[in-house]
Amino acid sequence: MNNSSALVTPSALVESEGEHHEHPAYVAHHFDSAEQQFDAGKLGVWVFLLTEILFFSGLFCAYAVYRGNHPEVFVYAHHFLDKNLGALNTAVLIFSSLTMALAVRAAQLEQRRALIVLLGVTLLCAFVFLGVKCVEYRQKWEHGLLWAGRYHPAHHGEPAEGPKGAVEPGGVESGIGGEPTPSTPEQAPTYLLQQVTSSEAVSADAPRLVGAFFSIYFAMTGLHALHVIGGIGAITWLLVRAVRGDFHRFYFGPVDYVGLYWHLVDLVWIFLFPLLYLIH
Amino acid sequence: MNSPASGSVDYLHADRGIGSWIFTLDHKRIGVMYLVGIVASLFLGGLFALAIRTHLAIPGLTHGGSSAVPTASNPEPVATVAPQATAGQDAVAALAAESEAATAASAVQETPKRYLLTPRQYNQAFTLHGAIMIFLVIIPGIPAALGNFVLPLMLGAKDVAFPRLNLASFHLWVIGAIFFLAVLATGGLDTGWTFYTPYSTTTDTRVVTAALGAFILGFSSIFTGVNFIATVHMLRARGMSWFKMPLFVWSLYATAVIQVLATPVLGITLLLVAAEKLLGLGIFDPKLGGDPVLFQHFFWFYSHPAVYIMILPGMGVVSELISTFSRKHIFGYRFIAFSSVAIALLGFLVWGHHMFTSGQSRLASMIFSALTFSVSIPSAIKVFNWLATMYKGSISLQTPMCYALAFLFLFGIGGLTGLFLGALSTDVHLHDTYFVVAHFHYVMFGGTLVAFLGGLHYWWPKMTGKMFNDTLGRLGAVAVFLGMNLTFFPQFVLGSRGMPRRYFDYSLLLDRHPEFAGLNLLSTAGAFLTLIGFLTVAVCLAHSLWRGRPAPANPWGAATLEWQTSSPPPKENFLRPPVLSEGYDPYYLDDLEYDNKTGAYYGVPLGLA
Repeated sequence: MNNSSALVTPSALVESEGEHHEHPAYVAHHFDSAEQQFDAGKLGVWVFLLTEILFFSGLFCAYAVYRGNHPEVFVYAHHFLDKNLGALNTAVLIFSSLTMALAVRAAQLEQRRALIVLLGVTLLCAFVFLGVKCVEYRQKWEHGLLWAGRYHPAHHGEPAEGPKGAVEPGGVESGIGGEPTPSTPEQAPTYLLQQVTSSEAVSADAPRLVGAFFSIYFAMTGLHALHVIGGIGAITWLLVRAVRGDFHRFYFGPVDYVGLYWHLVDLVWIFLFPLLYLIH
Repeated sequence: MNSPASGSVDYLHADRGIGSWIFTLDHKRIGVMYLVGIVASLFLGGLFALAIRTHLAIPGLTHGGSSAVPTASNPEPVATVAPQATAGQDAVAALAAESEAATAASAVQETPKRYLLTPRQYNQAFTLHGAIMIFLVIIPGIPAALGNFVLPLMLGAKDVAFPRLNLASFHLWVIGAIFFLAVLATGGLDTGWTFYTPYSTTTDTRVVTAALGAFILGFSSIFTGVNFIATVHMLRARGMSWFKMPLFVWSLYATAVIQVLATPVLGITLLLVAAEKLLGLGIFDPKLGGDPVLFQHFFWFYSHPAVYIMILPGMGVVSELISTFSRKHIFGYRFIAFSSVAIALLGFLVWGHHMFTSGQSRLASMIFSALTFSVSIPSAIKVFNWLATMYKGSISLQTPMCYALAFLFLFGIGGLTGLFLGALSTDVHLHDTYFVVAHFHYVMFGGTLVAFLGGLHYWWPKMTGKMFNDTLGRLGAVAVFLGMNLTFFPQFVLGSRGMPRRYFDYSLLLDRHPEFAGLNLLSTAGAFLTLIGFLTVAVCLAHSLWRGRPAPANPWGAATLEWQTSSPPPKENFLRPPVLSEGYDPYYLDDLEYDNKTGAYYGVPLGLA
């Protein structure tokens, strides 16, 4: 990666020794040059992203195992997820990746105003994503469609779309607009009653262990949402520094690094969306 | 005190006050703080070990009391799928039969046995011994304490690539340690260090706190790994190509690769266990459609490579020691370097050998068994290269070399007994017996910890600027070596005769195996001899801080760069950044001359400006 530094000729050494004395403030004391600092940071971020991929890969592996063990559960349960909201969030995140990439370009070109605007838009997209995610989670919560240990579907366990894919008017999906589904006006039937209805649903047409799907769903999207929140923190930090005018053509590393991280967060979602929402 | 040549202040005296330590960005100070924390944890973990061994020294004072069988004595669930009766099962059957008789008898005569620990305390003692020793001591031991101090010096760099990340990694280590102490204070943990489900999600002990603590320690480890990779890539001195790096650096690099690739999987697994326990997530709960064996796969996908996180840096230390104290160029430099990388990569492919009896398919077990044997190739390459380095060398048995020789012997035994456990047929017999316990202690204690002690003595003069008393140091090394063997060699015998591990009470096995009593007593005696060894080491090193003579820059006569600066080094490591020319070789020792009067080596290694 930096074999160049290993292969420098003696004359080059002398030159860089000379350079060493003029040490700009944005280069940390233990680096020889801005370039070395940038490369080190970039390598560090890539290695960190590798750990992030492996962090998620545990859950992807669990997904594969459970989908292999209970394919019928996944086909049945994914109808409870709202494809439209999922698609909206996918579009929002992809767009935010674009603005992030443009922000890196703006930082490199010293376009401070553009940098601030683009970072702001990226931040906004992140909040929109989380907002939509909250709406989705709230719907699941209201219908008792939680992870396996708390899986007590509040209505008769009928998915919005039947196995044939037909949309039913009273189903979960009509709840998108914020309206609770008509079939569950009294939100608090007794715990026991819920148990009965859910077990009824199990005996009727739902496969067993539907909760397993929602365990995976909440674990994966929840972990992803935590990463979005982390991204919001990082982008806010960039925004503060951009307003302060820290970045210029020789020092734009942090924008680049956070950008890489943000693209990974985006990429993980691009895998999550089809795996969870678009099952056949 | 002994300030470096040109008036610059050494790193220990550069800044004053406790804040200048806690918030330092100097890799040397961070390394020293790690060292202090790790040694403290080592003694805490050691206390638990002594409690276990004392408890097992004498098997229940009277026969036939009410022996409450510990609930978690065997967290490996789905115990044995293999139909053959193993030696362990044999003993279990005997115990079960006799404990029925015993409970019947206890109804008549109420003569309770006297134990040091209650069953619950015993389970907690071995759990916390394992968890503390692994997560707090041997994983960070060599890389984070010694590596942090030495790596930038060896590369001729001013610091690691990301000093703030380095400090954050230490702070995370402290927070993780606090979580572990909280576990201790609030009710303990009795799952074994492995957190196996479903026991870990049903026990009433502090699994969530411990899992979060280990999660945080995992991040500390990842940060160290990221830092070391970037440092090795970006901050080598001018002219230091990859094959002019000391072998310790190679081993740290290979370790960092494992830390970065394996630890996140443990992280997510522990989060899932915590979520399972707190929320009933159900990923590992068969009742809810989960799979407990998946936990084992996830856990060992980290924890087997983690074994190489523990041993690789130890091997790196030994590579330095053997060459320096044999006054001879290391034999097979490239083979040792590449074998580190090979171990790191092969280490990812063998986790299934922890699960031979967990209901894994036969085909999978056979493949994992075969892959396990492949790890022995790079390990053997290292051992033979070390032996070849010593051949016709001028060996001086100074303290660090004593540890290096102990390492060769103990790691040899530990590695070879690993073959019995890697082979399917013998493993089914030896699974969950003391043979396993003895094997991994030979590798982890005899390997990693002994190498850590060797490295600690080797770099002690550089870190503190003081020489220790070599006679006392050697005495400590011998005591640790003998104590270690006396503790664990009898356990090989115990295990091969079927004594199961993690048993609270083995008195009922004595009818068939009367020799278990004597062997356990020997093992306990060994544990106390080991304690004496460690105390000797502590006295020796503490004494040097008060009374040790000032250390010269190069007391051992090594050619790696850390010896080309003063002891202790100045804050910026080198007054002039070292520049290496074509001919530099970190193991070419012939240009260094020993001076009897000062007890130091002088001369500039070949190729160093």
